[in-house]
Amino acid sequence: MGEELGVSCARPTGGPVGESVKTDETEKEKNIFKEVVSMIKVGQKAPDFTAPAYHKGRFINVKLSDYLGKWVVLCFYPGDFTFV
Amino acid sequence: MSIDSMFVHKMWNDNELSKMVDGGVPFPMLSDAGGKVGAVYGIYDDNAGVETRGRFLIDPDGVVQGYEVLTPPVGRNVNETIRQIQAFQLIRESKGTEATPSGWKPGKMTLKPGPELVGNVWKEWKTEMAFD
Repeated sequence: MGEELGVSCARPTGGPVGESVKTDETEKEKNIFKEVVSMIKVGQKAPDFTAPAYHKGRFINVKLSDYLGKWVVLCFYPGDFTFV
Repeated sequence: MSIDSMFVHKMWNDNELSKMVDGGVPFPMLSDAGGKVGAVYGIYDDNAGVETRGRFLIDPDGVVQGYEVLTPPVGRNVNETIRQIQAFQLIRESKGTEATPSGWKPGKMTLKPGPELVGNVWKEWKTEMAFD
């Protein structure tokens, strides 16, 4: 039986089943190839995207540029069924 | 928008959110599997595998006018978001001839930026107005 987990997400351990992994080495290697994430800037155009969505009983595809001409509030949140 | 699938969005809306809001969530609940959109917007937390609480205001031309990002445990203030949209709408209608000082709410005074205002804001705007 597993112990009760704090809320977390799935991720690979970085090694095959049953073999120990030197985690700091694999972490280092991963970081070398990581792109630098930069914040977008106010006063500049928003990055366009399409995304599947649930809206009033229907599954739809939403494209940000379809909302040109309107004010848009785009909200990100950690996950459905979270508490805040 | 979250990393959850649109199917999970449906279950959350139908089983919980619709009990808080009559008719359920009125706007589209977007799915961002893998956090690809969130990464472009700079709010995807790669270590936790989830989006942080990023909120972006985008004007009718597609220009980002403001954003706010919080870590997961603290919720947003919706009234403040609405106030900011009202301020940006007023600025847009005035074609930039007006500005909303700190503490501005609909109905309160605006400032008219120009050479005469330089050094004279103190005559028009009082510190208490920031906290009103």
